[in-house]
Amino acid sequence: MQNVSVHTSPGQKIVRSRLLSPILLLLTWEGAARSGLIPEHVLAAPSAVLATLWGMILSGELPSNLLVSAGRVGLGLAIGVSAGIVLALIAGLSRQGEAAVDPLMQIKRTIPVVALAPLFIVWFGIGETPKVALIAFATLFPVYLNLYNGIRGVDKRLVDAAHSFGLGRFALIIHVILPGALPSLLLGLRYALTIAIVMLVIAEQINASAGLGFLVNNARDFMRTDIIVVCLMVYALLGLTADFVIRIIEDRALAWRPKLVEA
Amino acid sequence: MSLNATPLKIAFPRPTEPREPVVRLRRFSRRFGDNLIIDALNLDIAPGEFVALLGHSGSGKTTLLRTLAGLDDIDGQDVTVPGSRAVVFQDARLLPWKRVWKNVVLGLKGGDVRARADAALGEVGLSHRLDAWPLTLSGGEAQRTALARALVRQPELLLLDEPFAALDALTRLRMHELVMRLWRSHRPAVLMVTHDVDEAIALADRVLVLAKGRIVAEERINAERGQRTATVRDLRRRLLGHLGVTAQTGTYADAIADGAAPQIAAVSE
Repeated sequence: MQNVSVHTSPGQKIVRSRLLSPILLLLTWEGAARSGLIPEHVLAAPSAVLATLWGMILSGELPSNLLVSAGRVGLGLAIGVSAGIVLALIAGLSRQGEAAVDPLMQIKRTIPVVALAPLFIVWFGIGETPKVALIAFATLFPVYLNLYNGIRGVDKRLVDAAHSFGLGRFALIIHVILPGALPSLLLGLRYALTIAIVMLVIAEQINASAGLGFLVNNARDFMRTDIIVVCLMVYALLGLTADFVIRIIEDRALAWRPKLVEA
Repeated sequence: MSLNATPLKIAFPRPTEPREPVVRLRRFSRRFGDNLIIDALNLDIAPGEFVALLGHSGSGKTTLLRTLAGLDDIDGQDVTVPGSRAVVFQDARLLPWKRVWKNVVLGLKGGDVRARADAALGEVGLSHRLDAWPLTLSGGEAQRTALARALVRQPELLLLDEPFAALDALTRLRMHELVMRLWRSHRPAVLMVTHDVDEAIALADRVLVLAKGRIVAEERINAERGQRTATVRDLRRRLLGHLGVTAQTGTYADAIADGAAPQIAAVSE
């Protein structure tokens, strides 16, 4: 039997660090760009990207366009999530509602939302409306499906118990069914946020005159790979922020969960 | 379903003086499809009486309890149950997203609900867990919370659906003592569904055996609680007999004979 050392030397620590490979990639990229191995019109160096990022922030170009994009996501999400919640409540809380709503939602599910873009352009033109509509339409389904399943999956024994203590239908919905379905709703919301950002990217390819997509399209025309990479970073940041927001909501709303209670 | 939140007048029943039963079922039947679950059942429970209901799985115990709890429709049959009743289920069935005290006063209204929850939880020894989340409670604590939730309603009828079956033996013993103490101070009529013959004998005034939707045996225990060992020897064998189990006379300590053929015959249903 060998003695297993519990201490790791500094060298081992560096090798095992999860930061190592990304940093190596960045350094290789920087080196290749500076030595001319990667021409600037193919991919700008990380240092150039950072400089461009700083410049775009100072000039106000990035904040103003980011605000436009965030507004589209926010409005689209607000509409899509509200509609999804309302439809899920109708379908989840009554048999007639389920018979009326669920078939439509299942039909809607079979149509890729992206494929609706041409139709939305015909209907709504190329302004803000089709972009918001695409995001709203795409985020509706994950919210609907998860909340609906959550409502249907609420523990029947808890409903029985609450019923035996004299809770009426309305009180049952407020105190038992909706809190029971909340984890599912938050899961649906998480999906919806991810999809919203994907749809934003797609929607902004439609002749945008402002927003992150507009920046990307312009940069493409001028082969400004540094600006394209900056926008990619911002998209990634949007996704991370969305995830962070949901995590905060979950920590507060699901404080009763044992995993979070013990932590 | 309405909830009677006014305090119950506590009165000790006098066996000599006949009183209106709080539960009265006459020829009550219930069927699901072709299966007759409850078959023309008659049942009276007097105010403050502690009744234990024994029976196999599928004997109709749960259906009967659901009827008394008002969870199932009675379809216009002759069923009388008090307006104020409460159930303690085998699994505590606390809402995990409500703190313990809010579970206790679930559905109650008024400004003093927290004080009432505090008092009820104090009675079951859980004052310190008022603001805990239910999922952090132990099995025994959860069941005590369920008891507090039932008692805070001052029920005339307390329904216990195998409330101790999922607890370990030591916790169960403590819960038995707690239930007796609470029953003596609040004096609701109790119907306790159980599989456990010894538990039934230890706690109840009267033991019923349900089989195939009918009451096939009824034993009244007149001996004082705590002094029932003499009664048990024969009563236990008789009750087990009604449940289709052949057992020796005596307590559970003598139930399994050494080196002999199994004393407990196969159950015929």
